[in-house]
Amino acid sequence: MSGMDVEKVTKRFGNVNALRDVSVHFDPNKVYGLLGSNSAGKSTLLNVIAGRIFANEGAVRMDGVPVPENDSALRNIFLMSETNLYPGNMKIHRALKWTAKFYPDFDEAYANRLAAEFKIDPNKKIKSLSTGTRTIFKIIAALASNAAYLLLDEPTLGLDAENREIFYQAIIRKCTENPCTIIIATHLIEEASVIFDHVVIVKDGRIIRDESCEELLRKGREITGSASAVEQFIQDKTVLGVESFGGQKTAYCLGEFNSLSVPEGLRVSGMNLQKLFIRMVHSQEEGI
Amino acid sequence: MQLVDQIEYGILSGVFPEESQVPSTAEISLHYGINPATSLKGINQLVDRGVLYKKRGMGIFVAPGAVELLTEKRKKDFYGAFIRKLVCEAKRLNLSQEEIVSMMDRGFKE
Repeated sequence: MSGMDVEKVTKRFGNVNALRDVSVHFDPNKVYGLLGSNSAGKSTLLNVIAGRIFANEGAVRMDGVPVPENDSALRNIFLMSETNLYPGNMKIHRALKWTAKFYPDFDEAYANRLAAEFKIDPNKKIKSLSTGTRTIFKIIAALASNAAYLLLDEPTLGLDAENREIFYQAIIRKCTENPCTIIIATHLIEEASVIFDHVVIVKDGRIIRDESCEELLRKGREITGSASAVEQFIQDKTVLGVESFGGQKTAYCLGEFNSLSVPEGLRVSGMNLQKLFIRMVHSQEEGI
Repeated sequence: MQLVDQIEYGILSGVFPEESQVPSTAEISLHYGINPATSLKGINQLVDRGVLYKKRGMGIFVAPGAVELLTEKRKKDFYGAFIRKLVCEAKRLNLSQEEIVSMMDRGFKE
């Protein structure tokens, strides 16, 4: 298994370039955070990978084999998205059985366990479900499909705090018991960051960052102190942004920091993934 | 890494005595809600430092001598972690060395 490769993919909708020459690799059995502002191109990328829409240029390959219109590859990809592909009158338990017809490794017992954990009633009709409950149903279908690639587009839409916690725990358990590649597009960056191995950031149809989550968190630093001291210190650093607060300045930087080389009077602290994300997306320099 | 800190603290405080088994990476991941790869890295770091060791097919255990190892390491880190910060803050507040020493005396007596 060599993983999933997106190679130089461009996708246009009319005059809009939703993806521009995107290349990215997804390793087997890792959890990816696919991050980006609204309409950055996250959903388009997931839809192209899953073969629901076709790229104008470029290729998607799974273990070297082209994915589009390739049934055996597509059986290994499950895309959970906002679109509801199930008939509204269908009951949850029937819909899950139906999913099993498309995904030969579907695990019904696991689906039932998840339904019990999330406390949803499998006898309800899909059209009667609230946003949150519909999300739960989709999560269950996705996880139980046991596809090698789970693409989850906003899997926490409408979920309350307790159900989000159950969701993250379910992902962790899946990773240890029956690993697969999981790509999660989410706006709840901070709380989801603990389950990411790797982070891919999309901006205006391009990938501006593709790095291990741990590496990224290690490099991101917030430096606070008097304006002159901060300016002096960040001269040779990659600066994502600077904010002033009276005579005090805070600089957001990326790079290697030796805590002993920090001059007296400056405070250096880490940045969480959400802060880093916002800074990187706002930063003018791309690809830093 | 927070996980490494927590386990070190557990060993130093006696929650995980030497030669006792620590939770598996799967259990750690679920407990702390973190990615299994991250837990594994943390555990491997402690194994590399000789704090933990793996028994094939049995799990992960606290190494004999781990408490001393961690105590020595923390003693070494003491200057950077506490004294340097303390002196920095004392200077900002114009506290003299004598005043600090007398506070230390008080601290040890209490």
